[in-house]
Amino acid sequence: MTKVKSLADLKKMKETLQAKIDLREKGEAAENLVQIKVAMATCGIASGAKNVMDFLLEELEKRGINAVVTQTGCMGYCYAEPTIEVKLPNADPVVFGYVDTKKADEIIEKYIKNGELVDGIIPVNYESIDNK
Amino acid sequence: METVKLTIDNKQVEVPKGTTIYKAARKLGIDIPVLCYMELHDLGVENKPAGCRICVVEVEGRRNLAPSCATECAEGMVVKTHTTRVINARRTVMELILSDHPKDCLTCPKSGRCDLQDMAVKLGIREIPGQEYAEMSTYKKDFSPSIIRDVDKCIMCRRCETMCNEVQTVGALSAVNRGFMAVVAPAFEQDLEKSPCTYCGQCVAVCPTGALTEVDHTTKAIRAIADPTKTVLVQTAPAVRAALGEEFGMKPGTLVTGKMVAALRQIGFDYVFDTDFAADLTIMEEGTELLDRLTRFLSGDKNVKLPILTSCCPGWVNFFEHNFTDMLEVPSSAKSPQQMFGAIAKSYFAEKLGKKREDLVVVSVMPCLAKKYECQRDEFKVDGNPDVDFSISTRELAHLIKEFNINFEELPDEDFDRPLGESTGAAVIFGATGGVIEAAVRTAYEVYTGKPLPKIDFTELRGMEGIRSATIDFNGLPMNIGIAHGLGNARKLLEDVRSGKANYHAIEVMACPGGCIGGGGQPLHHGNSAIIKARMEAIYREDAGKPIRKSHENPYIVKLYEEFLGKPMSEKAHHLLHTHYFSKKKDIYIK
Amino acid sequence: MHLLICGGTGCKASSSDAIAEKLKLELAANTLQDEVQVILTGCFGFCEKGPIVKVLPDNTFYIQVTPEDAAEIVKEHVVKGRKVERLLYVDPTKKTTIEDSKHMGFYRKQMRIALRNCGFINPENIDEYIAREGYQALGKVLTEYNPQQTIDIIKKSGLRGRGGGGFPTGLKWEIASKNPADQKYVVCNADEGDPGAFMDRSILEGDPHSVLEAMAICGYCIGASKGLIYIRAEYPLAIKRLKVAIDQAREYGLLGNNIFGTEFSFDIELRYGAGAFVCGEETALIHSMEGLRGESSNKPPYPAQSGYLGKPTNVNNVETFANVPPIILKGADWYFSIGTEKSKGTKVFALAGKINNVGLIEVPMGITLREVIFEIGGGIKNGKRFKAVQTGGPSGGCLTEKHLDTPIDFDNLVAAGSMMGSGGMIVMDEDDCMVSVAKFYLDFTVEESCGKCSPCRIGNKRLYELLDRITKGEGTMEDLERLRNLSQVIKDTSLCGLGQTSPNPVLSTLDNFYDEYVAHVVDKKCPSGQCKSLMKYIIDPEACVGCTACARNCPVNAISGERKKPHEINQSICIKCGACMDKCKFDAISIK
Repeated sequence: MTKVKSLADLKKMKETLQAKIDLREKGEAAENLVQIKVAMATCGIASGAKNVMDFLLEELEKRGINAVVTQTGCMGYCYAEPTIEVKLPNADPVVFGYVDTKKADEIIEKYIKNGELVDGIIPVNYESIDNK
Repeated sequence: METVKLTIDNKQVEVPKGTTIYKAARKLGIDIPVLCYMELHDLGVENKPAGCRICVVEVEGRRNLAPSCATECAEGMVVKTHTTRVINARRTVMELILSDHPKDCLTCPKSGRCDLQDMAVKLGIREIPGQEYAEMSTYKKDFSPSIIRDVDKCIMCRRCETMCNEVQTVGALSAVNRGFMAVVAPAFEQDLEKSPCTYCGQCVAVCPTGALTEVDHTTKAIRAIADPTKTVLVQTAPAVRAALGEEFGMKPGTLVTGKMVAALRQIGFDYVFDTDFAADLTIMEEGTELLDRLTRFLSGDKNVKLPILTSCCPGWVNFFEHNFTDMLEVPSSAKSPQQMFGAIAKSYFAEKLGKKREDLVVVSVMPCLAKKYECQRDEFKVDGNPDVDFSISTRELAHLIKEFNINFEELPDEDFDRPLGESTGAAVIFGATGGVIEAAVRTAYEVYTGKPLPKIDFTELRGMEGIRSATIDFNGLPMNIGIAHGLGNARKLLEDVRSGKANYHAIEVMACPGGCIGGGGQPLHHGNSAIIKARMEAIYREDAGKPIRKSHENPYIVKLYEEFLGKPMSEKAHHLLHTHYFSKKKDIYIK
Repeated sequence: MHLLICGGTGCKASSSDAIAEKLKLELAANTLQDEVQVILTGCFGFCEKGPIVKVLPDNTFYIQVTPEDAAEIVKEHVVKGRKVERLLYVDPTKKTTIEDSKHMGFYRKQMRIALRNCGFINPENIDEYIAREGYQALGKVLTEYNPQQTIDIIKKSGLRGRGGGGFPTGLKWEIASKNPADQKYVVCNADEGDPGAFMDRSILEGDPHSVLEAMAICGYCIGASKGLIYIRAEYPLAIKRLKVAIDQAREYGLLGNNIFGTEFSFDIELRYGAGAFVCGEETALIHSMEGLRGESSNKPPYPAQSGYLGKPTNVNNVETFANVPPIILKGADWYFSIGTEKSKGTKVFALAGKINNVGLIEVPMGITLREVIFEIGGGIKNGKRFKAVQTGGPSGGCLTEKHLDTPIDFDNLVAAGSMMGSGGMIVMDEDDCMVSVAKFYLDFTVEESCGKCSPCRIGNKRLYELLDRITKGEGTMEDLERLRNLSQVIKDTSLCGLGQTSPNPVLSTLDNFYDEYVAHVVDKKCPSGQCKSLMKYIIDPEACVGCTACARNCPVNAISGERKKPHEINQSICIKCGACMDKCKFDAISIK
């Protein structure tokens, strides 16, 4: 692994990584690539996020959907754990709460495959500093 | 020196920077009450956890009250020590402390000498609101051979902890548990006996309450005296005579040797002897051992262990049996004076009386609590019969004297009985740090060089400094001597010896700060180290006034060797007067 | 097209289900059921104006919708594409209608600075952190500013410690920087111990690098090359992620020697705590790290003078550190512009208790309790009445209705008799007995006191006993006076922050709910019906038919009576479990 030797290095690295992530989001594979984040902090895991993540990884592959599933930290909606964020190509990310494997199945079948929203969306209710 | 000016109770005072409010107030004659705070200035010991919160004062501009013992003065500070807010807080805190303290003052061994009792009086506490439904924290009572821990009475002042950890580095006592059940105890709340405790008793010496007290041997001693089939001998350690008077309101440093002897006779001991006799005997054995090792060493014997370490202090013996198990061959094999006395009393003297050892009861009066443990050690018993049966502390003796309606101050001076009551000045100074080695040097010098000492007083070996060293010229042979008092200092010195950093021929160690005069069985100094210094002066005064001041010149010692032992380190002497040491190192297992 | 209907508890209580049904019916009537979907969502966080209906994709936001409005929404908006003006949100200040939720005020109620990456990035992948400007603040500081300039930025930003006390962070750094020493330490306090607070855990689990980066910045400022994170062993996931993060940062050269090619070297190690609450106090924390008993000691000396191993040490908590990198990158002025006069920036709160949206929120300082509880928090569970909110954990106090519109910041909360603490907010409703609440917190502090000083060790126990007596109906009016005096003395004389604040739950409930105390003491009644000793189960002889169901189900045989005759409860045996009341089919048993 190369070491970051200067701030310029880091900035370059940031651009590359950003581009890589953007590519993942908007690139050629755009029509196929689905990005899913599973909130895997202690609160999420305690409510079953691990099972949901395993389910998603397994089922998406089985059903031939080109998706990236990653873990992330707590989104703050502890009352609705497990929570997952699904970002379809060229769409705003949508957060679903109370996701068990049954719900995850529904999300794959309805939202990911057909873009139909399903019950249990958690609307974004905060401002991120990136918006500034 | 940088100073700060401040106002305390409307009085101006200027003090060096870093001075606490408590000390600045004392400079003004304002005595802020303190409970947990303890300072032993000459020993460099300070206990200020700021835990009891009795000494709180109001500092202008500060949100809450400040503990005066731990708050440093600042320029322009305005302090008030007795506003109604302070008085209310102090009383309320005291009521809280008392609400979790047993009310068995009538039968408490500390009654009358209890700092907590005194504080309750000072603060005018008359009732404890809500006591009838206040839960008390209770713990198992812990009986060790020397010390009783009744920590229901612990007020978490942490003085014992400071003594045990910082001064003595023994590490037997520390705060355990949290919240209401917090208390000072050995690790895992084990019994003291299972801890590395050396029974030095310094915790007892500073405990403000009845939480730490000595095991009572007076009841057993009285029963023995009352038993017509027993001949009861008593021996008194050198440091006792320099402190006993304090218990009767005499000035610290008053020597009460003659009155003490008279009192012991009145109590009913059949023979009043002196441990000092055995101290002279110790010098004969230990001094000879030193010279023996030294000559072997000088002649190139690689197996000889130097330096030789004194072994008269049972707290110290326990300490190295716990902490320096790799060096068990280094200390002198000579028994302590208490045990030498017992061994001679129950052999030589028993023969003289024509009695069996079982018919003799030997009681010792000691400034020490570890002696209670020492006299119970298995190696100091013959067929289960101990050489020394009971060991009572200076404080316990004072109790006995009072209990026997003896007007101590009015007593005439009396002399010890013979033969085991004769002693020299060298024996007396055993009671102060540096004394044993000075006594040994007085004898060893003359034996080694064959010449009389040019001067008897070795002032270079005296003093209160924790670790001292001196080189004495033995007619061309420079004898390097080390001295440590307080086990923390002993640890440092011994670690230097172990690592080869220090190069001594002989080292004296006393477990208690100041030596036996500051022992755990002495009248409580309540944190005033000037008392210890006064006792030390008394010891040297007694020595200076003695006609004979070298152990080998004690005529009864000379006679003892002639009649009974042969010569020092003889086979018989070895059998009776020497011992060996055990490793007490142990791992703690928790169920 | 999608119609999103808020299915949060608050909106559900105001008939969002019925609205959904009605909308579906209307859509079917217009044969649009296949084109337009009706979706129930989680809480929008604007419960005050609920129920909410949001139309996608145009983001139209309807408030206070009733089932009767369904027809109009379908007919006008869905069919004709015209917005229903009367249901749109009116900006209270500008009096104009706002259609798009993104431009509505409530949307700005939450602002994520400390939580900026939580829930966005994969915490176990440093690349994702770097992609979001990670470690740029450290780089900027090392290459563009000297330590004092950096401290000045933090000072200017107005950042105050998020662990409870609210001490100005920049000043703390400056003091530590000015004490010369061969070795200094940066300590991150991750010993989150307040019951109900878990923001530090979430940050460490969701964005560990932000803390590492800030610690390195702090190290540069004060002249420390060593950082230590004191984390409770009960946080295994946070520990795991921190370890991964530290390894990755070392691998990238962002921790270690000569970071960014400069002279500055910094590394971080973990230290584990056993979860003692008092170890959140910095002197106790340092003692614990040194392997000593976790207990506080008198200050001064402050850790900045003599801390870990006697060296100057700067201790900040996790959330404080997490705020540092954005301040460096966006500037002190930006941060200073957020919040109130003396409390800048945002604060993370953990909402818990009888509130609908239990969770973590991050809001700008100065927001009111009302906004937090009723808007972001979605109001009180089961439509009950709000009674109090406990802020600041065991050190805080209970605030009531009259404090709802007080802007939240460090000083206002203290003035109101509570404190910010680490940001726990426990909401209570009409069913909560405030004496029992105070007792609950005292029970905690009695356990968690280190036991070093007498007022905290014994005083809190006595407070607990007094409260216990009161909840059992054994209290006297004199006890209430004792409670107050004892509380004040404990606050006034305790050694550390734990004891100095532990009576706050008692004092604040005495101040705000004195009547409730009096009811327990004088009337021997618990107005909320929580104190078992003060309840009595009574059988109404008129209503009782003598079916014996109660007697058969009583676990302690406290009920007697002949078949077909009225039964009776022996109050001296009854344990008040309520089993009899559950079994009675004739409503003959009541609580008195």
